[in-house]
This record gives sequence, structure tokens and C-alpha cells, in this order.
Amino acid sequence: MYKRPFFWIVLAVIAAFVLVPGISGDVGLRESLLLGAVYIVLASNLNLMIGYTGYVNFGNIAFFGLGGYIGMYLVTALHWSVWLASAVAGASVSLFALLLGLGILRLRGAYFALATIGINEAVKAAVSNFSPFGGASGMYLSFSSFAPLGGPRHALWIIYFAIVVLMGASLLLSLAIKNSKFGLGLFAIREDEDAAIVLGVRAPWYKSAIFALSAFLPAMVGTLYFFKNGVILPEQAFDLTLSIEAIVMLMLGGQGTIFGAAFGAFVYEQFRGFLLVSPLFSQFQLVVAGILLLAIVLFLPGGFMGWVYRKLPRLRKVLE
Amino acid sequence: MYDLVASLASGVLVGAIYGLAAIGLSLIFGVMKVINLTHGAMIALGMFALYFFVSVLGFNPYVSLLPIVAGGFVVGVMVYWIAVNRVIGSSDLMSLLATFAMNMIIIGVGTALWTTSPYNVDFSLPGISWHGYTIPGTQIVAAALAIVIAGLLYVFLYHTRTGKAVRAVASNRQAAELMGIPTRRILAIAFGLGIAVAGAAGALIATLFPFTILSGGSYELKSFVVTVLGGLGNPAGALAGGILLGLIEGGVAPFVDVSWTPVIEFSLFVLILIAFPAGLFRIGKNH
Repeated sequence: MYKRPFFWIVLAVIAAFVLVPGISGDVGLRESLLLGAVYIVLASNLNLMIGYTGYVNFGNIAFFGLGGYIGMYLVTALHWSVWLASAVAGASVSLFALLLGLGILRLRGAYFALATIGINEAVKAAVSNFSPFGGASGMYLSFSSFAPLGGPRHALWIIYFAIVVLMGASLLLSLAIKNSKFGLGLFAIREDEDAAIVLGVRAPWYKSAIFALSAFLPAMVGTLYFFKNGVILPEQAFDLTLSIEAIVMLMLGGQGTIFGAAFGAFVYEQFRGFLLVSPLFSQFQLVVAGILLLAIVLFLPGGFMGWVYRKLPRLRKVLE
Repeated sequence: MYDLVASLASGVLVGAIYGLAAIGLSLIFGVMKVINLTHGAMIALGMFALYFFVSVLGFNPYVSLLPIVAGGFVVGVMVYWIAVNRVIGSSDLMSLLATFAMNMIIIGVGTALWTTSPYNVDFSLPGISWHGYTIPGTQIVAAALAIVIAGLLYVFLYHTRTGKAVRAVASNRQAAELMGIPTRRILAIAFGLGIAVAGAAGALIATLFPFTILSGGSYELKSFVVTVLGGLGNPAGALAGGILLGLIEGGVAPFVDVSWTPVIEFSLFVLILIAFPAGLFRIGKNH
């Protein structure tokens, strides 16, 4: 894998995410990049389902939210360290996705998309009623939870670096899958599932595996993100809008491409930040984002990378 | 005992309106295999249209249904030509995203115009009292009107030339095109009808409960549940599915806290989707 130019590009991006705010010490920049890194994790793991396998997971945010909840519970109620909590949250949400996938991945196309919306809502409603998770009023961290990381100021930097590492892991995971036999099987399922099965791709197993895999890193990031915020509420954790925004990011950059997913997520985050503070557009942030999405869907369904590949076919080997 | 009966009766009445809302979603899916994510926004627009006619212009709420249905049809046809026409026949993702983009635009404009604070249409009718429980008259009239509108849609689909063309396109678009049916125009009409029905459902809901521009979202989710109960793309089943959902809501209301209802609803939704992708009711499904 390290022979591929894209591997080194990923490393350079991680280095930039670490060094630029690290050296300048700019907290505002760090917060903006942190949100960008979270979006990149969401978009590139969603890409494994939509771009690689052709299954539209509308409820992808359920993994992030559930991971956040499990992690926060382990940290606040059981006083685990945030790292262990994050890993356990990732593993348990993955297991949940694996079991869930065995059921709902039998559905195809629009039926699958609808089922994922239903699951996100069901999980959100269940968590809102689950008293160990604080029900509708959520869970709050006490100030002392940051102590093991050297106090709040220090902790925020450490969490940021950890999220950047997970972002790098997401990109490398996408790259590794793309260049594996497993990845080829997924692409075959995307193109024609029945034909793939006839040719010996064990589609049910492949689909469940990628569904579980695509849940792991978002759940880990969920724990870190809500730990950093110090509070988790059902409405934020299972926000269907963010779920769909993740799809917008993917479409913006170009579904199926790793660079596209990351680039789309980063640009969308910057664009959203710009709209929110701009006096002219702050009222119309949703409208502008909607028009942008509609324009991409209608006129540029391959997204940014689709356009780049058409203009410069050679870049296909470099920006995967 | 009385509280269960009253709760079930109220559930059936509200369920008829859920059914009407879901018919709009189901019709569009049945004809063009598009899951219309503008559905919730259209329900919300129906609510605000009712507010405009009743509280600003002083119309009777039930008379205002006529302009709301007509306006909904026009808006639906416009949305079809702007956002849906180009993505018909491409992947599911594209039509989901195109309609979701329209949803964002409508909700964004609506939020700028009306903010997200609640609105209320002041209107009441004498209700029926029974053992200390009162069912408001508005609920009874709204449920009756929901069934009437659903019936009119049925008459249109089965007994008019255009309606038959809509069904022909739904069952086989290529064959319909070969028979000389202008399928694009029929798709636009079907989309317009779906939106008109959603708007009417929104208007009826607005006679019962307070609402905000975001209220449509929860009815959109309920419509998904209902269409899955009734069978995706099967409008007749949608009404039955709506009443069933209302019965479920009414049946569990006296026993569990109201915040558990969505858990039950959505779990049921996913289970039914997996076990019976064609829906529980296959009434009137002849394609």
C-alpha cells in the first residue's frame, strides 16, 4: 500500500492537520479543523457503503450517536479512560451493525434506505427513554473527567489529535479496502449484485462485513467528539440532518472516491461555516446548501472528482 | 376500560389523516419509484396555507381545502419539473437526494419567513362526549374529510382516463409510452397529486394541533411507517395502514408513556419491512 502515491498524500494531510494548528496554537482553527476531521470520518466511512457497495445508508449517523452514548456512559458512570471507552464503543457498535446488517441488508435499493431511517429513529427514541443514558436530558461530563488528560485545556488538544488519527485511519481503511479482493467483491455487488453472487461473491457476508466495518470508526469518533463537548443529547447524537449532510459531502466530492469523500467533507464544513457567519446568507444557510445539492445531483452526479477524472484521467492513479 | 375505547377511537380518527398523508407518498413511489423526501415540507406548507386562509383571509377551514389542494398540485408539478424529471430512471440515491435538496430549500425559506415558533389555527366544533371523554368535532370532520379525499383519489385513478393512464405508467412505463401515453406528463400529474394530497393532510392536521415549519418531519416519518404497513406504492393499503398506526398509537397510549410510542412504531416498521417488504395489506393491488 505504501507504494501508492495516495498513501503518502494521506500522511501529508494528517501531518498538516496536526502541525498547522499545533504550531500556531490557534484554537479557532483547531475547532474548525476538528469539525472537518469528524465530517471526513463520517463521509469516508459512509463512502464504504454508498460508494463502494451501492447501499444508501440514510441512518449512518446512528453509529456516531450510539458510539457517543456508549462511550460517554463508560466514562461518566463507570469512570473508564476515554481511550478504552472509545475502543469499546467502536467494537460494540460494530457488533450491533453486524447483527442488524444480517437482517436489513436483505433489503435492496429504496427499501434499505427507508429501513436505515427507521433504525436511526428507533434507536434515537429508545435512547431518549433509556434512563442509564440520561433519557431525554442526556448525559453531562463532570469537570474532573478531563483531569487524567491534564486538565480541560490540554485535553481538548489531545482529543483533537486523536480525532485526526482516526481520520487518517478512515482514509487508510478506505484505501486498503479499495485495493483488496474484498473491495473488488464490494464493487461487483455495487454494479450487479445478482451477477456477483453467480460469480461466487458471498454477497450477504460481504455486505454485513462492510456494514459493520463502516460503523467502527464513526462510533469511536462519536465517543471522542461528545467527550470533547462534555454533553450528549439524543437530538444532537441522532440528528437525521447530519446524516443526510454526510451524503451531501460525499456527493459534493464524488462518491466512490476516497479523496472525493474527504475533500467534499472538508469543503462542506468550510462552506457551512462561511454561510453561518455571513450576514447575507446566515438566514438562508439551508437554502443555499439545498440549491448546491440539487445542482450537483442534476448536473454533476459524479461530484468534484468525477469532473476532475474527466478532465485529467491520469489523476485517477494519484488521487484515489 | 372507557379510557382504552376513547383512546382507540381517537387513534382511528387521527390514523385516517396519517393514512391520507401516506397516500401522497405511496402514490408517488408507486408510479415513479421515487421516495419523495419533500413530503414533510409539503405537509408543513399545507399547514401554513391553512393558517393563511383561515387566520389571515378569514375563510372557513374546510372551504380552504379546495385552494390548498389546487395549489399543492401546482407546486407538485413545478417540483417535478425542477428536481425530479432529470433523475427519473437513475439510481435511488439520486432521486432521494434531489427531493431532499428541495426539502432543504423549502424548509430554509419557510424558517426565514415564519421562524420555527409554533402557530395555531383558532377553530373548534362541538364534539361528542362519552363517559367523561370528549372527542373534538374537528377530529371527526377531519377524519371524514380524509376518507372522502382518499375516495375521490380512488375514483380518479380507477374511473377517469387520466387516472387509468397514471396506473398504466405505474405498472409498465415503456408499454404505456408505446400505447401513446405521454408518460412524462403523467408522471408530473402523479407527482402533483401526491403533493396535493400531502398538503391537504397537512391542512387537516393544522385544524387539530399547533404546528411549526418543522412539524412536517414527524408526519413524514409516520408516513414512512404507514406506507410500509400498507405496502410501498399501494395507495389503498396506505389508508388501512394509517388507521392501523392510529390504532397502535391509541392502543398503547393508556399503558405506556407517550415517549415510548416512537420506539414501538419504528421497531415495528423495521421488522415489517424485513419480514413483509410488500406490506401487510395488499388491497386493490393489481399490478
